[in-house]
Amino acid sequence: MQRGALRAIGYHAARWAVVIVFAVLLAFPFYWMLITTFKKTADLYTLENNPFIFNLPPTLEHLRLLFGQTSYLRWVTNTAIVGVLVVAITLVLALPAAYALTRLTGRWGQRIGIGIFLTYLVPPTLLFIPLSRVVSLLNLQDTIWSVVVVYPSFTVPFSIWLLMGFFKSIPRELEDAAMVDGLTRLGAFVKLVVPISLSGILTVVIFTFTLVTQEFVYALTFISPESQQMLGVGVPTFLVRGDVYYWGSLMAACLIASVPIAILYNLFLDRFIAGFTVGAVK
Amino acid sequence: MAMKVEDHAPPPPVGMAARSLEGPRVPWRRTPEGRAQLLGICMFSPAVLYLAALIGVPLVLAFVYAFTDVKVGSASSHWVGWENFRSILQSPSFRQALVNSFIFTIVSQVLVIVGSTILSLALEDKFHGRGFVRFLILLPWVAPISLGAIGWKWILDSLYSVINWVLVALHFYKPFSAPMWLGEPHLAMASVILVHTWRLLPFSTVILLAGLTAIPKDIPEAAEVDGAGFWRILFQINIPMMLPIINVAVLFGIIFTFTDMTVVYILTAGGPFDSTQVLPSLAFFTGILAGDLSQGAAISLFLVPILVIVAYLMLRMAHRAEIT
Repeated sequence: MQRGALRAIGYHAARWAVVIVFAVLLAFPFYWMLITTFKKTADLYTLENNPFIFNLPPTLEHLRLLFGQTSYLRWVTNTAIVGVLVVAITLVLALPAAYALTRLTGRWGQRIGIGIFLTYLVPPTLLFIPLSRVVSLLNLQDTIWSVVVVYPSFTVPFSIWLLMGFFKSIPRELEDAAMVDGLTRLGAFVKLVVPISLSGILTVVIFTFTLVTQEFVYALTFISPESQQMLGVGVPTFLVRGDVYYWGSLMAACLIASVPIAILYNLFLDRFIAGFTVGAVK
Repeated sequence: MAMKVEDHAPPPPVGMAARSLEGPRVPWRRTPEGRAQLLGICMFSPAVLYLAALIGVPLVLAFVYAFTDVKVGSASSHWVGWENFRSILQSPSFRQALVNSFIFTIVSQVLVIVGSTILSLALEDKFHGRGFVRFLILLPWVAPISLGAIGWKWILDSLYSVINWVLVALHFYKPFSAPMWLGEPHLAMASVILVHTWRLLPFSTVILLAGLTAIPKDIPEAAEVDGAGFWRILFQINIPMMLPIINVAVLFGIIFTFTDMTVVYILTAGGPFDSTQVLPSLAFFTGILAGDLSQGAAISLFLVPILVIVAYLMLRMAHRAEIT
């Protein structure tokens, strides 16, 4: 009995130790962004100072520089516009496709669904070279339209896959009953299935939006002017002037963009993961 | 879950149940299966055509480019056979990148799997504050990676690195003699691997957590009652039962690592002296920055064998899930 109690305490302590060590290691860079954002330049670049604390009073100078003298807000706007457009394109393409593949095409639908999921595995770093040529043939290079056209190629496959999971959980009898009541198949999809799948659709919206903010390779490849840049490329490319790093503003830029996206993604995480576990979890 | 196909007892065709209840046949539903399939094709073909245009065509083009001499800005191109492959195979940068890609992938995946297995077991049971801890742990995965990598670039700065400040404060190094994390070949490779591990560990952890919820608790509990110790339960019961889900995490991890260039591009741009160059970053520098599309395409084609193997393993796993 005594031994059992000791053992339970041991487990408990070990678990907390593991959790705390990992949480500190994983979250540390974000703490570092936070403290760097508010430190005076003189404080940042004095080697004798303890870097973990404020040796001089905190300042807003880096934030003022970021919002006043850089294109940061422009990049935020570009990213938001692209995000909204890509979400719209993704929903228009993925919703009907996912429904058709779950309900209308029998076992072939499932096969095609798996095939579409596999296209998600084809990485941007394999496609970016031919796509750069396609984008320039379409005269879209150096504008946000290039990524508006290309981004759905990785948001659509995963969204179809996620939505197929949602549609499968809707009982067929609901649609059958609606069709007996006079709705067509398409009507049943628009008026019945879409409204009751709202939480699945919301998941796809959030997923698509966060993927747009996280993408790096295509934006780096297709867009070079500062004013057309996306957030994820603009910050590392244009906030670095020559060999001078404005670390305060740079860290502020990273933190301000990361945290809202992280919170949003975190809320819907369990549903995305359900899409990744490919049948290994029932 | 998602990949179940009813192999043995196909469900009655759509509408049949309703029709038999209804009695006499209604004309427009004479062939409901046919109509449903036609509508189905109309509904999924826009997505399929879009994916064919934006993934299928570029994929074919990547193969075509690799056998021609197409350059940025040149209108015409010629078939050159295996010439591009011959010349990249002779380039020391390419060989280095090929080796680095494997080191980068294998080492970071081993670290990710060991770390995420430990972490997911520690996070499995509910405890006070679990939601907040989970948010902190997930930050590296959910925040844009190019921004997270910039954070690391500051942490690993050659002069103001906080790690070096600690090492100097603890008297491991004298001031100004602490390691240049991104400036020395081996340290740079280690840094790139660690930052990528930092990025993927949360993803793998949540996948394993999802898998753990599906594992019945009574088996390890029975083993404990029978007197099995912690390590024995861990290695002979828990980890073997987690293997299918660990496989899922590893397969996605391999894809996300082998084909990634963001961490390398931001932290080191492949340097110093190509010591951190990987295949995707070399393809970018060759194909996009230097404008040699054909050689860039040829380099990126070396990603294909790994992708094919992973896709095959995933299909096999999905097939197995269908049968059981």
